[in-house]
Amino acid sequence: MRENKFWSVLVLTLISSICGFSLAWVFSLAKDKIEENQKKSIKRAVYNLCSDCEKIEERAIQGKIIYCLYDKKNNLIGYGFCSDGQGYQEKIKVFFVVDKDMKKLKGIEIIESKETPGLGARINEDFFKNQFKNLSIKLPIKCVKHKPSEGEIQAITSATISSKAVVNIVNEGIKELKNLLGK
Amino acid sequence: MKLKILKEGLWKNHPIFRQLLGMCPTLAVTTSSLNGLAMGLAVIFVLTFSSLVVSSIKRFVPQNVRIAVYTIIIATFVTIVDIFFRAFLPPISKALGPYVPLIIVNCIILGRCEAFASRNSVILSFFDALGMGLGFLWGLFVLGSIREILGKGTILGFKILPDFYTPMVIMVLPAGAFLVLGILAGIMNRLEK
Repeated sequence: MRENKFWSVLVLTLISSICGFSLAWVFSLAKDKIEENQKKSIKRAVYNLCSDCEKIEERAIQGKIIYCLYDKKNNLIGYGFCSDGQGYQEKIKVFFVVDKDMKKLKGIEIIESKETPGLGARINEDFFKNQFKNLSIKLPIKCVKHKPSEGEIQAITSATISSKAVVNIVNEGIKELKNLLGK
Repeated sequence: MKLKILKEGLWKNHPIFRQLLGMCPTLAVTTSSLNGLAMGLAVIFVLTFSSLVVSSIKRFVPQNVRIAVYTIIIATFVTIVDIFFRAFLPPISKALGPYVPLIIVNCIILGRCEAFASRNSVILSFFDALGMGLGFLWGLFVLGSIREILGKGTILGFKILPDFYTPMVIMVLPAGAFLVLGILAGIMNRLEK
């Protein structure tokens, strides 16, 4: 074993780059499959959040996909949209469904998150997600620490950052969706 | 020699019940037998390949950067597992959540790389990693099964206990993990005495 500084740096650099390149290669192989899975989980989320939805139509506006939801009689009942933003550790990806007038949220689903287990990861639990059901969104949603009144979400104890992140992501998403649809 | 090394990990020097290593994933993901199984398999994969790589490049790695090098190698294999789960087993990926990336800091893996793979031949390291990995796997599976049976009345998702049995919810909560782990480690100590 050699003990010289240059050699240490060289070995570390070499190994890091080999690992980096092989990861990039593996990821490129699996990318399509992962996206397909996310689409599937979005579809499942739609049927969970909006039980009278019969047909989903994907519409791309400015490169963003908007999911238009139709009921049995082919009436438009709402929109679904994916939005992401910074969480406590990694990006959080949230999917949400709004009614067609964009007055109320029908619910949200966390598609991807890597929050702290037991604390931030509780954004995945129903008690938190259910708060978003039928929430009025005329004004941006607020994240509060006391008992929530209309248009407010109660943050998870000791996970304020993650809770706020989800609320912000949903607010940003609604704004973006409104812009895209020109409403 | 090889068999002896294999047996070390499987029983004599069991990573969970004897060395008490890797407690974070052990306690956290064993809420069901399936989660335990998936975590165990992921660890076997990462442990085996990291040991193979570490023991084959040990001659070129300078002492002062060895831990950094091991961590990079481990992290690479963990990320591969993470991508694989996300692509092919999304429900498991969702259930294990952030615990898959956390395998990087699982002390069993770094421990075996440092204590064994960096000092022994490739073949011996392979058997050591396999033994430790399989030991970890059965440990997690047994822990997960006991917790699932007592906590939900099911095993691998199949109902096995009759309806009159009231599931003990505490078993799937963190407290149950500590209880079962303590009892199993105690039994193991007794058997080895």
